[in-house]
Amino acid sequence: MIVIVNYGIGNLSSVLNMLKKCGAQAVVSNKAEDVRAASKLVLPGVGHFDHGMRMLNASGLREALDEAALARRIPVLGICLGAQILGEGSEEGDEPGLGWIEMECRRLPTSERLRVPHMSWNTIRLIRHSYLFDAMDEAARFYFVHSYAMHCTRSEDVLATTTHGVEFVCAVQRANVLGTQFHPEKSLRHGLAVMRSFAQGPAS
Amino acid sequence: MNRTRVIPVLLLRGGGLVKTVKFKDPKYVGDPINAVRIFNEKEVDEIVFLDISATPGGRGPDFDLLTDIAGEAFMPMAYGGGITNIDQVRRLFALGFEKVVINSAAFESPDLIRDSSQIYGSQSIVGCIDVRRTLLGKPELYSESGRLKRPIALLQHVSNLKSAGVGEILVNSIDKDGTQSGYDLKLVREVADAIDVPVVACGGASGIDDFAAAVDAGASAVAAGSLFVFYGPHRAVLINYPDRRDLSARLP
Repeated sequence: MIVIVNYGIGNLSSVLNMLKKCGAQAVVSNKAEDVRAASKLVLPGVGHFDHGMRMLNASGLREALDEAALARRIPVLGICLGAQILGEGSEEGDEPGLGWIEMECRRLPTSERLRVPHMSWNTIRLIRHSYLFDAMDEAARFYFVHSYAMHCTRSEDVLATTTHGVEFVCAVQRANVLGTQFHPEKSLRHGLAVMRSFAQGPAS
Repeated sequence: MNRTRVIPVLLLRGGGLVKTVKFKDPKYVGDPINAVRIFNEKEVDEIVFLDISATPGGRGPDFDLLTDIAGEAFMPMAYGGGITNIDQVRRLFALGFEKVVINSAAFESPDLIRDSSQIYGSQSIVGCIDVRRTLLGKPELYSESGRLKRPIALLQHVSNLKSAGVGEILVNSIDKDGTQSGYDLKLVREVADAIDVPVVACGGASGIDDFAAAVDAGASAVAAGSLFVFYGPHRAVLINYPDRRDLSARLP
């Protein structure tokens, strides 16, 4: 069972609808026992970094999440803010992140022609192989809404990049922990391909 | 890849989809769930749903219908119509809508925009302005699906929306609605020049040439109704969307 972690923020229904469309068994839950029993986790999230981490820490799920990601090592997919909080922190706030991947988030630079938030469809450039993008085709484009971007300490954690004025990291993976800055659940068949690869991918 | 969003605006009325001309004579054009399924296949950038019977009917969003729509929609979506309080905004986001579209409430309770944008971010709040020109060409603002004239100057209102925290403004020309005679480009330009939030042009588009003209006038995204639900000279009902290669060739 894939558990979509409900810690009080994020686009839970869209993720659930997309996983159902993939034919996956999925449930939205805010219960630690469900996280402990999960075969895979999706960590959604939209909004402010500190708000997200405070909600997550207050949810009572932190211990079960750490155990799932670091001890049981089941696949975890963070989406948008859910990907950013996989790291150590963000310029956006003061709260520490989950610390599962060595990275931090910095604000995208603004220029006269490029507005921030980066709110649009965009293409991605694959940096290294991951099963997450095995089913992606050449025309793939993904939907982004964000003002901050991930910066990895270790270059091998970078899966893909996108350009909005500057090139930034749009997908990360450290072992069983994955994250996408874009919203696969809102990216039509291209997002469906990513979600399906996650749902059908390796169990650890 | 072109980055200009091309957005169908679909009008809901009594559970069905309709299309109006100058905000009048709603013609039934089909079932919203079916339309969403087709738009998934067409790989549409984004969809805006506006319930044109909500505010005039004195009711809020039809959450049952919107739940069914959201269950089939795998693209970014916005909803407008009858939104008066922040609990409705919360429920819409929980259903899977990315944005809410506010018109009437912007006049009556500007705090709704302020509070929503503080919690959910300004990118999720769209201010909608419905504009009808007088015989002398002066733009006037309307709400309640064109029924209620609002005695405030266009640019004053646009500036109020921006300070309240909207992240986008949908500029809808009542005179052009359903006519497919081109956007009110002067209106688009006037609003786009006045503020720095993205402007979405709506009302009058008949094809990609109109989209390109709206972008030239300062629009960040382009929206249309008739164009996506009618086809051919006899306006046969047919859900359609331009070929992405054609869009890429003409739009930035």
